Amino acid sequence: MSAAGDGSGRMVEIRGLSKSFGDLEVLSGIDVTVEAGEVVCVIGPSGSGKSTLLRCVNMLEVPTAGSVHVSGVELTHRDVDIDAARRMIGMVFQQFNLFGHLSVMDNVTIAQRRVLRRTKGEAERIGRENLAKVGVAEKESSYPPQLSGGQQQRVAIARALSMNPEVMLFDEPTSALDPELVGDVLGAMRQLAEEGMTMLVVTHEMQFAREVADRVLFMDEGMLVEQGPPSQVIADPRHERTRTFLARVLNPTHAGE
Amino acid sequence: MAGMNSPATVGKTRSSGLPGSARFSPRRRRQISQAVQYTLFVAVALTLVLVADWERVQRGFFDGTSAASMFPELITVAMKNTVIFTITGYVLGFALGLVVALMRLSSAAPNRIVALVFIEVFRGLPALLVFILIGFGLPIAFPGFSLPFGIYGTVALALGLVAAAYLAETFRAGIQAVPRGQMEAARSLGMSYSRAMVTIVVPQAIRIVIPPLTNELILLFKDSSLVFALGLTAATTELTKLGRDVSIEFATSTPLLLAGATYLVITVPLGYAVRRLEARQAKERR
Ligand SMILES: Nc1ncnc2c1ncn2[C@@H]1O[C@H](COP(=O)(O)OP(=O)(O)OP(=O)(O)O)[C@@H](O)[C@H]1O
Ligand SMILES: [Mg+2]
Repeated sequence: MSAAGDGSGRMVEIRGLSKSFGDLEVLSGIDVTVEAGEVVCVIGPSGSGKSTLLRCVNMLEVPTAGSVHVSGVELTHRDVDIDAARRMIGMVFQQFNLFGHLSVMDNVTIAQRRVLRRTKGEAERIGRENLAKVGVAEKESSYPPQLSGGQQQRVAIARALSMNPEVMLFDEPTSALDPELVGDVLGAMRQLAEEGMTMLVVTHEMQFAREVADRVLFMDEGMLVEQGPPSQVIADPRHERTRTFLARVLNPTHAGE
Repeated sequence: MAGMNSPATVGKTRSSGLPGSARFSPRRRRQISQAVQYTLFVAVALTLVLVADWERVQRGFFDGTSAASMFPELITVAMKNTVIFTITGYVLGFALGLVVALMRLSSAAPNRIVALVFIEVFRGLPALLVFILIGFGLPIAFPGFSLPFGIYGTVALALGLVAAAYLAETFRAGIQAVPRGQMEAARSLGMSYSRAMVTIVVPQAIRIVIPPLTNELILLFKDSSLVFALGLTAATTELTKLGRDVSIEFATSTPLLLAGATYLVITVPLGYAVRRLEARQAKERR
């Protein structure tokens, strides 16, 4: 299903990554590799450092130690052009973070025009293509507050895609959504995965991880506890901590806690 | 009603229910209090009307001759100049204030310090003193140097500096009120910090602080009268100065009253606009 191991190589390579906020060590010595075309889901309890890991990949958080390479570029190098490097990394946030003062079309074109220097016409063509792809084409002249959460999140996906990223990062993209709106967003992500996009996804949607992920990482207390195909990590976890976490997430009697 | 069951309330309810009780119900008490307030108000108004010497009041405040002599200069010169002084000062203060606010939030310590010193100095100094410093201090300190546009340049700079200090703090509050995710989303799309600030954060910050920004404009209209300290000619006179000059000429306060009314013609609608904007924002936030 994915292009993993097709020779196009390592898209994301995280080595010995540590991150502390003051005295609080949030990540301790994480090693993760994401192959080109691979879909990797990150699961783990709240506060385990999943968001921080993702934010270290595009340097929204600066790691305390270790290195991050994306598509061969070392983002942790001190002479790196971070703005140029971030263009190849799309990011989708839990809270959407659409630009509230701009229309949907301007949201998906502003960075294309100001950063990639595309013409208005070209930017709008690409933006429209991506809006159509995630199913919100008819909303291009609306403003973010007029959209449902699910629509906003799909616009955010289209906005990131319009920069032609090589890898997409998703930080709990459906956690802020009403349950009935989750499906549309996951559908768009599933389609993206099928097209061969390299994706690193923090999620609590076990069904999605099971069906779409090539690999699942389980994190706890800033450490990578175990990783492997979903059939192993979700269906038959090796570690006690993974089992406890999954029991809590998958057991319906505890749902909604 | 809450607390009906507490013993104290029960006791009170019972005693006020007794015939001939000295206590009144809350509604009755409110009515009495209002009646007292209205009575006092009417009494004071009546006293003023009776005590006042109406002939003198009319000569002092409603004198037709002096009022007529102010036209059309009141509008064509004085109001025009007041508006020019205020708008140029505001535009300058707006731009400078924005720059200072961005410096104040900069990650570079020298920027922050310069911004802080600027804000503290120009917020702390009386506006009149700034006018005198710019109008007389600058030419003495830098002989041969003169601001462009004569008095208009001087006023724009002085008012601009005063306004910038306040506006900088307003902008800073606005920028900090924009959710952090906006900057992060912009940066994640490859925008530089300054690009993200200019295209994403500042436009939203300005929207948030439009009401206080408009209030600053109103305050500046009033501060523009301080230009009298620089000495004005007939061509550069503004509302307060014209009111004062004509008032002295005719020995009546009418021109001052008329000049004051002209300020209100400008500032009251602005104040109304601020309240409308605030109400709309409050509604949007809900
Ligand atoms: N900017 C920050 N300053 C200080 N502490 C932080 C900061 N960001 C995160 N933390 C702390 O780091 C730890 C990990 O946070 P993180 O957001 O990465 O967890 P998470 O796994 O994404 O949790 P969740 O599932 O709730 O989103 C938490 O204890 C959090 O309080
Ligand atoms: Mg998180």
